[in-house]
Amino acid sequence: MLSRVAENLYWMARYVERAENTARLISVNSSLLLDLPRGIAPGWSPLISIMGLNSEFDSRVKEPGERQVVRFLVGDRGNSGSIISSLHHARENCRTVRDILPREIWENLNELYLYAQESVNVGLTKQGRFDYLQQIIRGSATFIGIIASVQSRDEAFDFLRIGRNLERADMTTRIIDVRSADLLPDDVADLRPFDTIQWVSVLNSLSGYQMYRRHMQMQVRRAAVLKFLLQDNRFPRAVRHCLDAVEACLVNLQNNEPVVKQLRLLVKKVERAKVGQLEQTALHDYIDELQLSITKVHAALAESYFPKPQLQRQSAG
Amino acid sequence: MAIDFTTYQIPTYDEALSRTNRARSHAVPLLRVLREIGEEDLASRQAAAEMAIKGMGITFTVYSEGAAIDRAWPFDIIPRIIPKQEWDGIRAGLRQRVKALNLFIDDLYHKQQIVEDGVFPREVLAKSKNFRPQCVGIDPPLGIWAHICGSDLVRDSDGGVYVLEDNLRVPSGVSYMLENRLITKRVLPELFDEYAPLPVDDYPSQLFDTLSDLCPSRDRQPEVVVLTPGIYNSAYFEHAYLAQQMGCELVEGSDLFVDRDDVVYMRTINGPQRVDVIYRRIDDEFMDPEVFNRESILGVPGLMRAWKAGNVALANAPGAGVADDKVVYAFVPDIIKYYLNEKPLLPNVPTYRCMYAEELEYVLGHLHQLVVKPANESGGYGMLMGPSSSKAEREKFARLISEDPRNYIAQPMVGISTVPTVVGKHLEARHVDLRPFILSGSKIQVTAGGLTRVALRKGSLVVNSSQGGGSKDTWIVDTGGS
Repeated sequence: MLSRVAENLYWMARYVERAENTARLISVNSSLLLDLPRGIAPGWSPLISIMGLNSEFDSRVKEPGERQVVRFLVGDRGNSGSIISSLHHARENCRTVRDILPREIWENLNELYLYAQESVNVGLTKQGRFDYLQQIIRGSATFIGIIASVQSRDEAFDFLRIGRNLERADMTTRIIDVRSADLLPDDVADLRPFDTIQWVSVLNSLSGYQMYRRHMQMQVRRAAVLKFLLQDNRFPRAVRHCLDAVEACLVNLQNNEPVVKQLRLLVKKVERAKVGQLEQTALHDYIDELQLSITKVHAALAESYFPKPQLQRQSAG
Repeated sequence: MAIDFTTYQIPTYDEALSRTNRARSHAVPLLRVLREIGEEDLASRQAAAEMAIKGMGITFTVYSEGAAIDRAWPFDIIPRIIPKQEWDGIRAGLRQRVKALNLFIDDLYHKQQIVEDGVFPREVLAKSKNFRPQCVGIDPPLGIWAHICGSDLVRDSDGGVYVLEDNLRVPSGVSYMLENRLITKRVLPELFDEYAPLPVDDYPSQLFDTLSDLCPSRDRQPEVVVLTPGIYNSAYFEHAYLAQQMGCELVEGSDLFVDRDDVVYMRTINGPQRVDVIYRRIDDEFMDPEVFNRESILGVPGLMRAWKAGNVALANAPGAGVADDKVVYAFVPDIIKYYLNEKPLLPNVPTYRCMYAEELEYVLGHLHQLVVKPANESGGYGMLMGPSSSKAEREKFARLISEDPRNYIAQPMVGISTVPTVVGKHLEARHVDLRPFILSGSKIQVTAGGLTRVALRKGSLVVNSSQGGGSKDTWIVDTGGS
């Protein structure tokens, strides 16, 4: 497989996953805000922090109100992390690797992008928002489903799956980070019911509420939710599970040692932490460390398999 | 409302209806089905086809469109039907033509016997923009230079079929031919009950076999790749499509490199991998910055070295475009006679060569009746349509031609035939041409039909997609009779 193709497949999967996670976040935040009393509602700015888009947002938009944030995250083409931009990048990446993918994958992505683009104005209204975001999430599920059902388990499949799972692991850590920091301290008894609502919202943004109940068999508590979202190896959006999936693909590739090495370091960090005991600041530092390690896995992958920038320049000269 | 064919206006020759607005025999079932479908349903099926095209992402690119780089491919749902008995004759003519053209190209890069024998003028060769001195003396595999040829055919008002031009560089459109059939199956399934059109979908495997034939070594499974200039090229869709259908890699220039052993490699996740055959969809000039355009970032430095060393096959071979020239075109009947000692089976459109004084004089005196074409432009650019031109345009062309007569040819307006085409809720006559594709490897194969391009604007004769053209599915049908 061409190095350029491997890179495009990887990013295509990441972008689709990013669009889906953004849609999930907005959707859950919308319903969460309806459940919380006004005084303690965290509002919309945490979403910008989760996506790591603070500076981009501040330079383009003044006020972090609902309308502005939703527009920025859904339909702003100037925001490279918006749903519309992510799907655009995914589609452009797909166009360049269209030859090696089953046509259904391209058609699905093409239709998803066209839908996102053509319905964006409806999606930005309060009434239309939920349906619009659901369509994006379903479109991403279809994308993954088509890949699962028609793509051979070859290198293309591995790079798609690696991209999706690294992005997913990254997004899960981001959601934990910002949501938990904003959550209320555990010891304020009066606010306990609302605290639970917030942790439920964290689980919901990852469609993990039901699975949490089934597998953890306990009430929604901070420590248990953190353990579930970081260390569970059965829930497909848990960090640990995502990393296992990356490793399962890496072992199929040649010259994988440097990447596997970085990945194992990261897995160790995830496995060994006593996440339930981490207080607010410590948790934040820990999540930072995880994100840094995810970046290192990406760098090792790029170094081993993607086109080297200087090689491209040389042949272009 | 039922469709009324009595008000259908026929400007020259219509392929489905006779001059008295009766169905031609091969089109009787077609018109019957269309009548049954009716106006409302016809429009909704056209809309369904357009939706399908959008969803399938069948696109082409128009230059200088800014951000929206791909546009949906305009398609008309009414197929163009050609009786197989007639097609067999056209097919034989195309095979003959391409065979002769390949002999001609090979001769030009070797002994130039045809020039020595005075059949092909030396001054035409001397002024050819597409003759590549770098290719002289090279022996490509099987002696074939133009492995993929797309010849444009038109039907005149007398019903006869003529060759309008041969595209021997990087002819495009075959992917649309294949996709059109898929869409027709979706939107007009009942028409398949009436006819059994010859299938077209074996083209990608024939192309792959043709390319595999060129592999420099018999010891290994040939590594065939499609070389594209990238997603901003107008035919990118097709490059990706063909690579996908053949199951081979679609590469860009930066994916390939030529090592010191003069072998072409592609950069893969497992390191360099040898490439045997390149179906290149990049023009000669951009292929190798070491030899041609030094500014090219699309090409692969050293590619010509590897080709000359016989380590890689290129299709079409560099320099094949020498026969893809509107002046050379005028000599094709002579070329066929010279190499094959046969009478041309498919006629050319009568062509005036401005390089000859008496023909030039005729052209300058009859600009208002003629179509003037520059020798080396494609896509319908830089043409003069005499009958619809202004005085200023004719004066401009008279000046251009006089300055560089070798670069121009002129032809009488051919009464290009029409086919019923959906316009809103009814059918109107729109002009069409036909581009069949001819593959030359160890054998010569012709597509069953080809790509019918249709000028969607009323009265327009320009079928190029860059200028308001669309396409139709083309059906070769066995109607039993003769």
